[in-house]
Amino acid sequence: MSRSGSGQTDPSRGTYIAVITNRSTTLVIRGFMLFSIGVFLALVLNLLQVQRNVTLFPPDVISSIFSSAWWVPPCCGTASAIIGLLYPCIDCRLGEPHKFKREWSSVMRCVAVFVGINHASAKVDFANNVQLSLTLAALSIGLWWTFDRSRSGFGLGVVIALLATLSTQLLVYNGVFQYTSPDFLYIRSWLPCIFFAGVITMGNIGRQLALYECKLMSEKAHQD
Amino acid sequence: MRVCINPHLSSLWFPRSLDAPRRLVLAHPRTAPPDGRQLTPPPRMTVRERLREKISAAFYRHGLLCASYPVPIILFTSASILACCYPLLRLPLPGTGPVEFTTRVRDYTVPSHEPQGDLGERPDWYRGPPVAYIQPVLVKAAVSPWDSTLVPVDVFRSPLGRVFSLLEEIRNHVHDDGSGVRSLEALCLQVTDLLPGLRRMQRVLPEHGCLLVSPGNYWQNQRELFDSDPDLLKTVHQHEPKGLHTSATLRDLLFGVPVKHTGVSLYSRKRVVTYTITMVLGSYDARFLSSLRARLRQLHPSVNCSLREDHMVHVHFKEEIGMAELIPLVTTYIILFAYIYFSTRKIDMVKSKWGLALAAVVTVLSSLLMSVGLCTLFGLTPTLNGGEIFPYLVVVIGLENVLVLTKSVVSTPVDLEVKLRIAQGLSNESWSIMKNMATELCIILIGYFTLVPAIQEFCLFAVVGLVSDFFLQMFFFTTVLSIDIRRMELADLNRRLPAEAGMPLPKPGPLRPREAPPPPRPSPHTITLQTPAFRNLRLPKRLRVVYFLARTRLAQRFIMVGTVIWIGILAYTDPAGLRTYLAAQVSEQSPLGEGGAGGLPPHLGVAPVFPGPGGDPADTLSVLPAPAEPTPLPENQSQGHHGAPGEGVPLVPQISWGAEDEEGWRRLSFRHWPSLFSYYNITLAKRYISILPVIPITLHLSPREAIETRHPQDTRHPPPPSLKTNDLPADLTLYKVAALGLAAGVLLVLLLFCLYRVLCSRNYGQNGVAHGRRRRGDLPCDDYGYSPPISEISPLLLCGHSMDIECLASDGMLLASCCLAGQIRVWDTQTGDCLTVIPKHGLRRSSSSGCWEQRDGWDAVGVAEPENLGGGTEPGGGVFDEDKGYPLRRRTTPRPALFENQPDLTPLIDTNFDSQPPSHLLLTPPRNGFDFGGLVEKAYLEHEPPSPGLTASYPSPLSGPPPQRRRSLGYIQPPAPQGQETPDWESAVWAMELRGNLIAAGRSNGKLELWDAVEGSLRCSNEDGVSGITALAFLNNRIVAARLDGSLDFFTVDINKPLGLLQYRGPPGRSNMPPSPCYSSEDVISCQLTRSVQCAHQKPITVLRAAAGRVVTGSQDHTVRVYRLEDSCCLFTLQGHSGGITAIYIDQTMVLASGGQDGAICLWDVLTGSRVSHVYGHRGDVTSLVCTTSCVISSGLDDLICIWDRSTGIKLYSIQQEVGCGASLGVISESLLVTGGQGCVSFWDLNFGDLLQTVYLGQSSDGQGVRQLVVLNNAAIVCDFGSELSLVYVPAVLEKLD
Repeated sequence: MSRSGSGQTDPSRGTYIAVITNRSTTLVIRGFMLFSIGVFLALVLNLLQVQRNVTLFPPDVISSIFSSAWWVPPCCGTASAIIGLLYPCIDCRLGEPHKFKREWSSVMRCVAVFVGINHASAKVDFANNVQLSLTLAALSIGLWWTFDRSRSGFGLGVVIALLATLSTQLLVYNGVFQYTSPDFLYIRSWLPCIFFAGVITMGNIGRQLALYECKLMSEKAHQD
Repeated sequence: MRVCINPHLSSLWFPRSLDAPRRLVLAHPRTAPPDGRQLTPPPRMTVRERLREKISAAFYRHGLLCASYPVPIILFTSASILACCYPLLRLPLPGTGPVEFTTRVRDYTVPSHEPQGDLGERPDWYRGPPVAYIQPVLVKAAVSPWDSTLVPVDVFRSPLGRVFSLLEEIRNHVHDDGSGVRSLEALCLQVTDLLPGLRRMQRVLPEHGCLLVSPGNYWQNQRELFDSDPDLLKTVHQHEPKGLHTSATLRDLLFGVPVKHTGVSLYSRKRVVTYTITMVLGSYDARFLSSLRARLRQLHPSVNCSLREDHMVHVHFKEEIGMAELIPLVTTYIILFAYIYFSTRKIDMVKSKWGLALAAVVTVLSSLLMSVGLCTLFGLTPTLNGGEIFPYLVVVIGLENVLVLTKSVVSTPVDLEVKLRIAQGLSNESWSIMKNMATELCIILIGYFTLVPAIQEFCLFAVVGLVSDFFLQMFFFTTVLSIDIRRMELADLNRRLPAEAGMPLPKPGPLRPREAPPPPRPSPHTITLQTPAFRNLRLPKRLRVVYFLARTRLAQRFIMVGTVIWIGILAYTDPAGLRTYLAAQVSEQSPLGEGGAGGLPPHLGVAPVFPGPGGDPADTLSVLPAPAEPTPLPENQSQGHHGAPGEGVPLVPQISWGAEDEEGWRRLSFRHWPSLFSYYNITLAKRYISILPVIPITLHLSPREAIETRHPQDTRHPPPPSLKTNDLPADLTLYKVAALGLAAGVLLVLLLFCLYRVLCSRNYGQNGVAHGRRRRGDLPCDDYGYSPPISEISPLLLCGHSMDIECLASDGMLLASCCLAGQIRVWDTQTGDCLTVIPKHGLRRSSSSGCWEQRDGWDAVGVAEPENLGGGTEPGGGVFDEDKGYPLRRRTTPRPALFENQPDLTPLIDTNFDSQPPSHLLLTPPRNGFDFGGLVEKAYLEHEPPSPGLTASYPSPLSGPPPQRRRSLGYIQPPAPQGQETPDWESAVWAMELRGNLIAAGRSNGKLELWDAVEGSLRCSNEDGVSGITALAFLNNRIVAARLDGSLDFFTVDINKPLGLLQYRGPPGRSNMPPSPCYSSEDVISCQLTRSVQCAHQKPITVLRAAAGRVVTGSQDHTVRVYRLEDSCCLFTLQGHSGGITAIYIDQTMVLASGGQDGAICLWDVLTGSRVSHVYGHRGDVTSLVCTTSCVISSGLDDLICIWDRSTGIKLYSIQQEVGCGASLGVISESLLVTGGQGCVSFWDLNFGDLLQTVYLGQSSDGQGVRQLVVLNNAAIVCDFGSELSLVYVPAVLEKLD
């Protein structure tokens, strides 16, 4: 422990510093994990989206993975790290710790359902876009209800989804990138739903990670 | 607790175990289906409450049913799973292999896009025009007659050269009937650009215009390039990819036949070159094609060609799973497995975690299969990609219910019966299960109304899957769980309780005479290991790895799986090629096939199935009778007749057409066409191509033509003579095979040798040496040359007893020993000091040694023993072992150095009242402290307490102690009852127990005495019984005594603290007293007989043990009885032995083991009185029994120590002991066993059966055998070693193990 190093100074302050450094390290680790998860999911899900145009023998698979702009996965990663850290933080601030289904199996289920929603949006043929959007919205709400059920989670999810859609819209307006078949003001109308589901999922993961950390901290406190 | 209930009644159901409302419901006779949704709630009560009760009642009943009839229910469930999965057999197996459909050429029309009514067997993909029509032109060319002047290159140079003229012919062919002029240019598939990634193929594959592929592409279809090419083979080879490749190679694409069949090789024996000119047509024109066919046939007639030309084959290619699709799929599966892992990880507290996890996964998977099967049965064919939606289905159905069930069942009280546990667990969770299921069904039903076909289908599957999953959970998983719970009944529960280090008293029945030992074994310390012990032997790592491999048969399975996969890949990718290859091999190798196949050079003797060596030639010969005549000639030459008479005879390579040439493309890889088209960015996935009947062309070239087309460099090739071309390769092959075989053999031997050296230790072969190392006296060392660290374990000898030690008792801090002379000594186990000597003549000293709790005690000693101190200064004293210094005075003194060199004058002190002069003892050799004569003399003296001289010289026991005490502890008023007790010196002590600082001693005359272990004063005695006390148990404040006549007496020890005396107990005096429950010397202790069970046994009680509130007695009458300590009520009479009981073990976890004279060991459940297991382990009596949490250790009169697995009752291994030492054993920790030997004790690792260390108790190794062994709490061992006690600390061993 670094507590021993601060023997000269005020002991309470030393403890405080130790806790602070400990917390910030774990925060960084947690953020990094969330970031990598976000990057990975972005790559895979992007692949799902471009998959329909893939030929029998894709000339080079690697390039199709990175077929979209290079900045998309890091952006997704950063966003997911922020979201994943934000959720437990807000839980903490509101003083209502999230107790619902706090298990890794549930988190895995959540991730699987999220990938499934993406899969459905990419692969299933819908009659029209309204139907697609409505279905995805229902699925996303169902995801929230099944795995989250917290008002703060819902609110945060909606807000972030709207913000993300807005920023995407701006990007599209500025011509940074474009969809092959926009159906709603240059973008795909299912985008908010996907964003919402993604926010819920990342929040779930973030909460679980934070819980793990809490457990670790409390154990350490007990040991001390 | 339901302890007082007879075990046979326990199968009845106790309503007490249920809570009240459920009992009400159970009284209701109605049987409800397991899912209570059909129940209509009555209007009065809360609907929810009523429903809930009904559901839980139904679940309860269902749980009872499942746990009662596990096997029929599992059978029924399996049958229903199979029945529901049966429709799946009709579904096509998933795969990406192409599908074929054959139509007639004559009335071919391009199929329409719209599906028509009666399509017959027409597959549903056969719609619309194909991607392309393939028109292969199969060319077989040979230089004939073959001339001996020709070089090997001539085999293929001129035949290949003819491809250019053929191409010219084909390109320029124009068909002109009345409707218009058609040429290949108009019909063929126009390609534009190669894929960007294929630059290296740019020069070879056509980049624009017609897609026309032939070997001529190697030379850009230019004859000049071909003619000027010095090395044709190099040109062909330079485009071949390096390494492994799965898709078709360029060579395959251009030649159109598999490489082996082209004949383009310097060593071709057939001398026939085969290749294909492949025309890819965009549209079909029957007349153009037939005119082309006629034209080519006219130019190059194939005489013996009888190929059928009336069928065209349409090949449909399925969607291929590319890497890009695979990545998301793999991701979903990884998430799925993570989900399953995290879910099943939560299963706990069951017998077999993995078994239940497997059952859970099986439940989910088979419910999915059932759902697909049921949907198929009702006419719903799945259109979704099964592999893609499968993970989502699993996730939707989920493993939660299964886990909840398990958790709920496991958390029921463990002492209930399995049936009830299952039923309770089920009914506890019934409501939440039903609620969850209803919710999920609702969600999925909502999904059904999205009206998207794919989602609807998914939802349908999910609904059926959920229902069948519920069914399986209720029937399959519950039953499996009940079986599992039943399996883990007793043993595992005990394992979970905190382990208590067993403190065995390996004392055989005191009266039982020692039987004649069995004949000694040849090797005294072999450990017989049996297979179950294999699992955790202490082995080197490399051996552990190998054992792991061997146990799991990993390598074997890996190879098997690999082989199966490899065969599958082979059969899947290239069936025709493999078949032809094998056929060719067979026909080449078989002696009979030589004649037949040799005559059919290009025709490789391919039959639809693998041709047998005998059947093949006849078959092919009958198909092709014409060219049979000249065939023997080349073969004769190839047999190796050098310079044979057939040298000058020109050979005529025969060109023949067989049935396999009709569809030569079948021999190609099934990825041939997809890869060809993919080069032009045309996908064949989910589309089809039509392959038109082949156009056969036969070319016979004259040798002259071949020579003319030669390149000047062709002859530079080593011109192998025609004879040797045939001959040499065969010989070479033979040599090569022989050399390779030899090399492989040598390598194998070397490899095995290395393996042997790696796996087997160096002294593996020297068995005798390895075992000899285990002999006592050598360095203890195990079989692998691994010797444990030699730790300094030096035993501490406690001497003082003059005769053999009979009884030992310890409570961890104090140790009481009693010798045959009736002397009881109390020792401090920490230091080895003797605290008290209890016989009467010790009383004086015990009072004088009041120093040990008195501040002025030291002076008392000094006063009492002046002559003793004087004796220590005599020169005869010499230097002794430090532990022989009389420990009594060292006990509390801060000046122990004063007595360091003191001779052992214990006998002297004890007997200094005697008439015997002390000088007699002082003259004894100083090594032993006292000589044998003195010992005998002293023993004699001590055995003569009633001798008048001694009694006269002593104050009477009745009045002796009080004045002594009063004198030394002057101001302490002695307790009143103390003086009234009468110590008895006439009868022997048969049993002794020590608790706190009270020694309970049972004498042969039936007296029970309680002594103060510290002060050596008799606190009370009880003379209610007259029969000798054979065994004692001292637990809490109760003493149980077993008597010789089979009766059992229960005493209660009452302590009355006299007030006003507590202030004298000064802290310094008590500071080094053990903090264990002590009876202080001021307490008034009374011992009263509370109950006497007469005739507890018919015969003498041999063993008595008490733990966990139970008293267990074993008797000669073959029974074991269990009493409750508090009210001395007999709970069970355990019958099962066929001989007298000789050993019993019981500990805090209520494990009861008993061993008898019949050599049997029984494990009992103390709660129910049922016998858990029954094993026969010894020839002769079982002398000692100890249990750890995982195993039972028994020793017998046959000097064998057996270690048994406690849960299964399987013998793990056994240790052969030295003769007469079999009974002494003890368990120090969970994995450390200590046994006694001849003058030594040995430590064994219990898990592995390794000898860890041997500690010698005396200097000479021929000491007496260790007969008794007591394990103390601080891991010291006390063993009786003749008249001495040895205190052995084992810190080193413990450190090593921890």
